[in-house]
Amino acid sequence: MTNTIADIETADVILITGSNTTENHPVLSSVVKRAVAFKGAKLIVVDPRRIKITEFSDHWLRQNLGTDVAWINGMMHVILNENLHDTAFIDARTEGFAEMKATVEKYTPEFVESITGIPARELVAAAKLFASAKAGSILYCMGITQHITGTDNVKSLANLAMLTGNLGIAGGGVNPLRGQNNVQGACDMGGLPNVLTGYQPVTNADAIQKMEKAWGVTGLPTEVGLTVTKMIPKAHDGEFKSLYIIGENPLVSDPDLNHAEKSIKNLEFLVVQDIFMTETARVADVVLPSRCFAEKEGTFSNTERRVQRVREAVKPPGDVKYDWEITCEIATRMGFPMSYGSSEEIMREIAAVTPSYGGISYDRIEHEGLHWPCPTADHPGTPILHGQQFTRGKGMFHAIEWLPPSEHADEDYPMYLTTGRVLYQYHTGTMTMKTEGLNERSPESFVEISDKDAQANGLANGDMVNVASRRGDITARVKVSSMAVNGTVFIPFHFAEAAANKLTNAQLDPVSGIPEFKVCAVKVSKAA
Amino acid sequence: MDTKRTITINGNVFPFETGETILEVARRHCIDIPTLCHLKGAAPTGACRICVVEVENARTLMPACSTPVVHQMIVLTESPKVVEARKLILQLMLSSGNHNCAVRGSDGKDWTRFQLQVAKDDNSDELCPVWGDCRLQDLAYRYQVSGEKFSATETRYPMETVNPFIVRDFSRCIQCGRCVQACNEIQVNNAINFGYRGPDSKIIAAGDRPLKDSDCVFCGECVQACPVGALVEKDVRYKVRPWETTKVRTTCSYCGVGCQLLLHVKDNRVVSVTGMPDAVPNYGSLCVKGRFGYHFINSEERLTSPLIKENGEFREASWDEALDLVADRFKTIRDTHGPDTMGVLTSARVTNEENYIAHKFTRAVLKTNNIDHCARL
Repeated sequence: MTNTIADIETADVILITGSNTTENHPVLSSVVKRAVAFKGAKLIVVDPRRIKITEFSDHWLRQNLGTDVAWINGMMHVILNENLHDTAFIDARTEGFAEMKATVEKYTPEFVESITGIPARELVAAAKLFASAKAGSILYCMGITQHITGTDNVKSLANLAMLTGNLGIAGGGVNPLRGQNNVQGACDMGGLPNVLTGYQPVTNADAIQKMEKAWGVTGLPTEVGLTVTKMIPKAHDGEFKSLYIIGENPLVSDPDLNHAEKSIKNLEFLVVQDIFMTETARVADVVLPSRCFAEKEGTFSNTERRVQRVREAVKPPGDVKYDWEITCEIATRMGFPMSYGSSEEIMREIAAVTPSYGGISYDRIEHEGLHWPCPTADHPGTPILHGQQFTRGKGMFHAIEWLPPSEHADEDYPMYLTTGRVLYQYHTGTMTMKTEGLNERSPESFVEISDKDAQANGLANGDMVNVASRRGDITARVKVSSMAVNGTVFIPFHFAEAAANKLTNAQLDPVSGIPEFKVCAVKVSKAA
Repeated sequence: MDTKRTITINGNVFPFETGETILEVARRHCIDIPTLCHLKGAAPTGACRICVVEVENARTLMPACSTPVVHQMIVLTESPKVVEARKLILQLMLSSGNHNCAVRGSDGKDWTRFQLQVAKDDNSDELCPVWGDCRLQDLAYRYQVSGEKFSATETRYPMETVNPFIVRDFSRCIQCGRCVQACNEIQVNNAINFGYRGPDSKIIAAGDRPLKDSDCVFCGECVQACPVGALVEKDVRYKVRPWETTKVRTTCSYCGVGCQLLLHVKDNRVVSVTGMPDAVPNYGSLCVKGRFGYHFINSEERLTSPLIKENGEFREASWDEALDLVADRFKTIRDTHGPDTMGVLTSARVTNEENYIAHKFTRAVLKTNNIDHCARL
């Protein structure tokens, strides 16, 4: 997030898109709901499902799946047309405005309606409302990123925020809601193929040299590595030999699971380090048991870039170790000694080699976490990014054309499928499914379908239904729901027994390598 | 702050800001005015009246939580009149339900009929499930009163136990409305509210249906807000007492909001989770997963030993054997097929420190940049 969670409560207008906020970020959704209910904020929700948060919205725009660039361009068209853009901000802080303006010229509300299905007058009203905000906050999640045009979608939202001068101010910002406790930290710590800690590129000779010196090593690789979504196909072709998987369960969370499973089984050597015997651990050659969060000292970085402490509350069961201890032991046995006395000692090394974490220490975050960038020990942290200037200097408008999703409903597969999570389960369920109460509330997979579509397919609530895509098929229970919109079904991906990801499309966004989980074509039929 | 405009509380003079209540000014200066219904972050309702204070020239006692301060106001927070009023309020509350916190009057064998009836209602021979963790009990002790002054009120509504997380014990509800405010003004789930009137008054969900059939999403904000034993976690009720646990502050391990929570630990097991009050970013709020989804920590299914697969079956191995095997195979693959045939998936679930080590290992030891995690999934 460019801004903080508390900051959302100070926005005049909040735009939520591609985020089922009340189910996936419930506590953050309360901030939004309070802003609307008690602070007079207006809420615009753009989402293909009639999710709970739409009950709080002034405008719910229902876009066809995979048409986000079109409606965002459409909003910008309206704002420019009505002269509601923030000229001062655009002149002082940005570049590329003219090109962007030329591109959105043709995205008239009517043209956008033909692509997105959003009625022109609703788009106009929502665009005017967003532009009227003194502070407009944009919140988004995987509904924006899990498309082959995910990067374009995010850039388009950034365009909209810059066009209306909503960056670098309290209550504004472009705010991705991170779905996992430390997904922000995993990225910050160089758990990505293209960057070292603090987003220092692996192609930057100075950064590489600094790391080599700090680590007492030579010849660090300088070519960008592979994303997980590219490693898997290479394993399928036999070019990829080994994977060391720490606390992940790709055999439920990856797209096109049948293909992913074959690929992972095709590895010469697979090590899985986890707290449970996950679907992925079952196919490993070696499984290494680790501590869970309640047994660890350390830090997580939350969605607002706040580095917060994790503390050991209980002793771990049996003979299990810290994840870092295990990795260090392997390194040492491979002839590269790595040894630390504590997590705090590791944080000192992180601070020494990572400019944005330079001022983070356990002492400073004992009572309250700090927002990075926090370069020095006396720096107060940075709750709001891009206050004076952007990372690259001026903010770049990107001229982006809408591209259709990679798969369309057709005669053979006449409906659309989109996937996501439910309130009571979490990701692949390895943790939440150990709580009986959560399973009682959400016991199994389901196919959420509109009343009309259910009737058209001869389905009743509770029936078992077969859902098939070009890649696989699953059977799950029908849930006729007013959340579903005609033509689109929704299936949560938590449940391995009826894994939604057997159906999903593994086509990737060319930049981010994110699969198009949110759109694929399926057919439904009553199970025998 | 305008120091010319002042309020006198218990003989001491304090400045105040326009719009502040007596309670706010008093609390800021460490003057303890008891409250039951007052909930931080929600509009004061003045419902319980336990915070009444004596204001000079006012006709009646005034609730400190909802009375704005005016210049030259003179307030007594513990005058005989105030104490008398609070005693009466407490006595009425204590007689209104199954408030069996008072240990029996004698050391003889016999419990009072009241105690026996409550034991039957609760199906427990222990005193109240929140004994030692109850604001009403605290105040009964502070003002040295019991519920015996008035005849006990019959319990009107049966206990609700049909959901997996929360026991609703209407016999212990004092109708302070904190739960209603927690639900409607803090979490804004709008699941519960006051229902019926007068003596029939009850906190209801969805036209008086069980929580499980309402809009309730089991965030548990109401349980954390309840000052008495009316809303109690099912798994904690009669199983865990507050003095048996130690509380450790940490960060939630589910979504990316990073809620600050307290893990309540008894005998090396996490037995309850509550939100850390007054701390960013969640100010005590949690969701159903953060509050109730902790059983995986002590799960019997946890892995406890390294495992090596032989002939398609896993067998337990020592750390030395497993780590040597892994190091040996990684080394062989790296040296035979090259570093770029290898990869590491680090984790959005483990700590920064562990991600850092995984990243260092991948780059410095395996000598590849093939490292990623499930940010994309």
